[in-house]
Amino acid sequence: MFTIVNREEMAGGTVILNEIEAPRIAAKARPGQFLILKANENGERIPLTMAETDPEKGTVTVIYMVVGKSTELFRRLGVGDAYQDVIGPLGQPTHIEPGKNVVCVGGGTGVAVLHPIARGMKQAGCDVTSIIGSRNRDLLILEDKMRLASTDLHICTDDGSYGRKGFVTEVLKEKLEAGGVDQVVAIGPVPMMKFVSLMTREYGVPTMVSLNPIMIDGTGMCGGCRVTVGGETKFGCVDGPEFDGHQVDFDELILRLRAYTEQERCSHERCKWEEGGAA
Amino acid sequence: MSAAKTPRQAMPEQPPLVRARNFEEVPLGYTAEQAVAEASRCLQCKNPACVQGCPVNVDIPGFIKHIAAGDFDKAIGKIWERNSLPAVCGRVCPQEIQCEGNCLLGRKGEAVAIGNLERFAADWERQHHVCELPSRDAATGKRVAVVGSGPSSLTVASDLVLKGHEVGLFEAFHKPGGVLVYGIPEFRLPKDIVGAEVACLQAQGVSLECDVVVGRTVTVDELFEQGFDAVYLGVGAGLPKFMRIPGENLVGVLSANEYLTRANLMKAYLFPEVDTPIPRGKRVAVLGGGNVAMDSARTAMRLGADKVSLVYRRSREEMPARKAEIHHAEEEGLDFQLLCNPVRYLGDDKGRLTGIECIRMELGEPDASGRRRPVEVPGSEFVLECDLAIVAIGSGANPLLTRSTPDLPLNKWGYVTANADTGKTGKKGVWAGGDIVTGAATVILAMGAGRKAADSIHEYLTWGW
Repeated sequence: MFTIVNREEMAGGTVILNEIEAPRIAAKARPGQFLILKANENGERIPLTMAETDPEKGTVTVIYMVVGKSTELFRRLGVGDAYQDVIGPLGQPTHIEPGKNVVCVGGGTGVAVLHPIARGMKQAGCDVTSIIGSRNRDLLILEDKMRLASTDLHICTDDGSYGRKGFVTEVLKEKLEAGGVDQVVAIGPVPMMKFVSLMTREYGVPTMVSLNPIMIDGTGMCGGCRVTVGGETKFGCVDGPEFDGHQVDFDELILRLRAYTEQERCSHERCKWEEGGAA
Repeated sequence: MSAAKTPRQAMPEQPPLVRARNFEEVPLGYTAEQAVAEASRCLQCKNPACVQGCPVNVDIPGFIKHIAAGDFDKAIGKIWERNSLPAVCGRVCPQEIQCEGNCLLGRKGEAVAIGNLERFAADWERQHHVCELPSRDAATGKRVAVVGSGPSSLTVASDLVLKGHEVGLFEAFHKPGGVLVYGIPEFRLPKDIVGAEVACLQAQGVSLECDVVVGRTVTVDELFEQGFDAVYLGVGAGLPKFMRIPGENLVGVLSANEYLTRANLMKAYLFPEVDTPIPRGKRVAVLGGGNVAMDSARTAMRLGADKVSLVYRRSREEMPARKAEIHHAEEEGLDFQLLCNPVRYLGDDKGRLTGIECIRMELGEPDASGRRRPVEVPGSEFVLECDLAIVAIGSGANPLLTRSTPDLPLNKWGYVTANADTGKTGKKGVWAGGDIVTGAATVILAMGAGRKAADSIHEYLTWGW
C-alpha cells in the first residue's frame, strides 16, 4: 500500500508530484480535502491537500514544495517506493455552487490545490477566471492544466520573466473593478491569501481560502491547527481546510506557523548534512 | 508472623531526581522473590471483595495463589481469562480505589499490592513466553468491525476473537493502542508493552488496519456494506477542551492531547533523531489536576524545564489524578499551584506566550459533582511567568465519526447513547463503549465497558438483535 506509481519534478526539482496508490482514500476523496503523509517510522505527519484523485486507478496525487526535512525525505522517494502512512481523506470538501462567476487566484504550490477546485467549478457550469503566479517562470506549475480548467487564464511573475510582471492581486483588482465577480477562491502563501482577502473585502466579494496550519492527527484531536475565524477558534483539520477569507485572522496564523521554525531549520540542515556525508 | 503483619513489598523505583530527567520507566518491577513474598500476604478470602472492585472481575485470589506458589505461568493464564491487557492494567489502573481499595488487609494495615503483582505476572510472561495463548472457539463465520484500538476496543477484539468471530480492528493513527500510545507517557507505560499486547491479539487472529479514519476513510454504514455483521465504536473522547480565555492561541499554548501526542506517539522527545519537534519550555505551566495533567507536567520536566507548575483550581484533596502519580510528581519536584485559576494568557509582540494571569481561589459549598466549588478571591490576581502552557482540563466527544453516522443517537454533549449493561446503541448492529459513551474515564473502566459489549455482541451474533 501507499506505493508511488508516478513521480514528476516541477519548478526545477523544487516541487514534486507523487501519485500514490491508496484505493480506499481515492474512492472517497472530494476536491478540497487533504491527506496526512508520513515517510517512514520516525517521520513527521505532514498534511497536504490533494491535487488529484483517480478512484478507478485507486490513486491520489499530492504536489509539494521541498522546504524542510520531511518534504526532503518525500523528495527522495522514487517510483516503486512507498510512504509508510497515508491517512485521509481529511477535512471538508469544497462547496461548489453551480453557475457562478468565479475568480480563482493561485500562488506557488497553491496552484496544485486550486486546480481541482477550478476544474470542479468549471464542470459545474461556473465561469472561471484564473490568475496564477510565482516568483519566476521556472517556479510556475500546472499552467496547461489550469488553462483547461479555466475560461480565462492570467499569469503573473514577480520578476516579469513570464506573463505579466507583478503580483496576482494587480490582475485581481482589475477584475474586481470591472465587476460581476460572484466569488473569489485564493490559495497560496498565507500573505498572498491575506492580501487577496483584504482586497476582495473592499469590493464585498465572498472569498474562500484554503489553510494549512500545523497539525498532527488531522481528526480534531490535538487542537494544534487552531485558527481564529470570525473571532471564534476553529480547527483547521475538521472545520477546514477552507474558510471565509474575510473572517480569518491571518496575522495569528502567520505567527502560529512559525512555532517550530528554528527546530525545523536545524532538522533540515542535519538532514542535508547526513545526505552529504553518506554520498 | 501473620500475613496482615508482614509489610507490603515496596516497589523498587528509579530515584526521583534521576528519573525526572529521563524517559525510562519509573517503577522497576518486583523480583520473583518480592512477588512471592507479596503474594503470600493475600488472605485468600472466600468472598473476595477485591474482585468486586475490578471492572473486569479478574480472579485476583486465584492468580495471586499461583504467584505465591511460584507458578508464574499459571498466574498469567488465570489473569488472561478475564483481562487481555495485564501489563497495561498493572501499571495504569487506579488500584487504590478498585481492587486494592476493597482489600481486607487494607482495613487495618496495607492492602496487598495487587497491581504490582499483576504487572509482575504479565512482565514475567513477556520475558519468558511459556504460557500458551487462550484457545479460540470454532469459527462462527461472523465478522465484527472494531473502531479504534484503545483499551475498550482491544478488550472487545480479544473477547470476540476467542468466541470464534472474525475481528477487524481499525485505527485512525499509524500505530495501535489509542490513549495507551498517544496519551500515557513512556515512563509510565513503555510503548513496547502495548505493542506486545496488541501482537498477542494479532497472534490470536485479530486483523489490524491502521491509518483508517472511520467517518472519513470509510463510514460505519460502509463497514456493514463490506460484510461486517456488527460494529463496535471505541473511539474515545479525543476533542481537547480549552478554557476559552484571552490569548489561548498564542504560540506556546498547547492542548495536553497535542503535547502528549508529540511526546508519546511521535517520540518527539528524541528530536532531532525523529522528525517531529516539541516545544521545550523553561518555565512550564500545566492547567488541570488529573492524570493527563500529571503526565504532561512530568513530561515537561523530562524535556528539560527549570520549573513546572501544576495549576489547579481546587485543593490537593480534590485532585482527580491517581494517588501514585501525584506522589511521583511531588517527588520529582513539581510546583503545585493549588486553588489557583488562569484568567488570561499574556504574550509578546511575536505572539509567543510569556505568562498567565491567575487568580487565587477558595473552596465554598459542594457543587453538583460533590466537590467543594472553588470561588475567586477578589483582588488576588498574580502573573505566573511561563513560556509553555499545557491545557489538561479534560476532553469532549469528537464529532468526526458521529457526524458521518446520522442515525446514531447522541446525548446533548455529543456522546453516543448506549445501554450501560450491554453497550447497545440506538442503531442496529452498533455497540459503543469507553470514553465516547461515558466521557473521559480510566483504562480499566473502558475495558469493563468493552467486556459487557463483547458479551452482548456475541449474544446478538448467536441469537439476533
